[in-house]
Amino acid sequence: MIEVRNLSKSFGTVEVLQDINATFAKGKVNQIIGKSGSGKSVLAKCIVGLYVPTKGQVFYDGRSFHEMAKEEKRQLRQEIGMLFQSSALFDSLTVMENVMFPLKMFATKSEREMRDRALFCLKRVKIEGKGNKYPAEISGGMQKRVGIARAIAMNPKYLFVDEPNSGLDPQTSIVIDELIQEITVEYDTTTIVITHDMNSVMGIADEIFFIHNKKLWWQGTRPELLNSGNKELNDFIFAGSLMREVQKAMKSG
Amino acid sequence: MALLFHIGRYFMLMAEVFSKPERLSIYWKRTLEEMDLLGIKSLGIVSLLSLFMGAVITIQTKTNIDSPLIPQYVVGFTVRQSTILEFSPTIISLILAGKVGSTIAAEIGSMRVREQIDALDIMGVNSAGYLILPKIIATALINPFLIIISMFLSIFGGWLAGTLTGIISSADYIAGIQYDFDPYIITYALIKTVVFAVIIATVSAYQGYYTIGGTREVGISSTKAVVYSDVVILIMNYLLTQLLLL
Repeated sequence: MIEVRNLSKSFGTVEVLQDINATFAKGKVNQIIGKSGSGKSVLAKCIVGLYVPTKGQVFYDGRSFHEMAKEEKRQLRQEIGMLFQSSALFDSLTVMENVMFPLKMFATKSEREMRDRALFCLKRVKIEGKGNKYPAEISGGMQKRVGIARAIAMNPKYLFVDEPNSGLDPQTSIVIDELIQEITVEYDTTTIVITHDMNSVMGIADEIFFIHNKKLWWQGTRPELLNSGNKELNDFIFAGSLMREVQKAMKSG
Repeated sequence: MALLFHIGRYFMLMAEVFSKPERLSIYWKRTLEEMDLLGIKSLGIVSLLSLFMGAVITIQTKTNIDSPLIPQYVVGFTVRQSTILEFSPTIISLILAGKVGSTIAAEIGSMRVREQIDALDIMGVNSAGYLILPKIIATALINPFLIIISMFLSIFGGWLAGTLTGIISSADYIAGIQYDFDPYIITYALIKTVVFAVIIATVSAYQGYYTIGGTREVGISSTKAVVYSDVVILIMNYLLTQLLLL
């Protein structure tokens, strides 16, 4: 479980987040949604410690991240897996080497055991045949899968996923979404997904956090989302043509 | 204020770079790779420049001191002194700042804008140490070898130009390069080389590491890496010369 308490973040004089309070449950897909530039990625970066919040704290299973010593933070980060928007795979390493990377840096296993673990992770994301390819030689969807394989290599307790569907076709998006959901259940991770893709939200979100006007504007589950009665939230979720059709259908019973 | 900010941030980055590595074996493997990329792959340009610079110094010296009062061996002496004292350690380092510095800044800058450095940080890897320390060690170890090769080739280039054009005899040239030789100038040149190598690696890595934006900014960081490395090398060259030779 991850708790965010009274978190604010400013860049110079520009305030991006204001007094955010949220609890992200274990074994659930927690999705943070909001318009582009609403600060959802900044919130995720504050939670993982890439940004230092101007105010407030983040707790990982009761442990305050910002009060941890440097070494404790490094230890905690080995429990975090993250899939980046750009996949952030290392270009000079093959797919297999990318997945083995965190194991080589931290795990006390033999080369054979590390290779077996990496192969298991690649099989889990159904991309085991691409181990010898370089990231530039595989598609965007495959790169996301490799990113997920790398993120789960160390058996993470916490999984962060930033815009998993960006640049992907709808079918591949569904595959990636399902993979995130399956891994969350399988590894019992506290999963936080940053997205503005409503298909993804309607597909896999267990708990939804809507960031608007620097604040946590609304929080609820999928069934509550469509009937929230919240104007700003409705403006956001029903902006797409597909969701507008859903809205029309709901209104006409 | 901006200068103080950058100097402060540079030293804070260096503190991160020199903190305890996660896996020494991985750092060492990366150092060997960097020695190949940043050092061995620069051998061609260093050799070519050195040969021609030695040749040009010989011809320039001969045409400018063509007097019966000045002995012929002065040509060889001048080539040796200018090569060892300044040309090889300083000019070659300035050229390496252009080649190696821009490579370092572009590589690290690209990793920054493509979130690969964030990925390292989130894994708990000391990204500054993992990316920068092997480059510093690699350049500090390999550049002295490059400079020694440069010294030999420059002096050889001078001999080649002098004897092929017939402006100086081989015996006079060799007498010149042996005349009044003080081995300390080699030590002086190598100390400068190591300092310049560290400047190239760290200033360029600093520029790349703090790149913000996209591909355009990576290009800007590469340019800044070369310019600032050159400026710092020139300042340090003056200070080291005063410190070591006076």
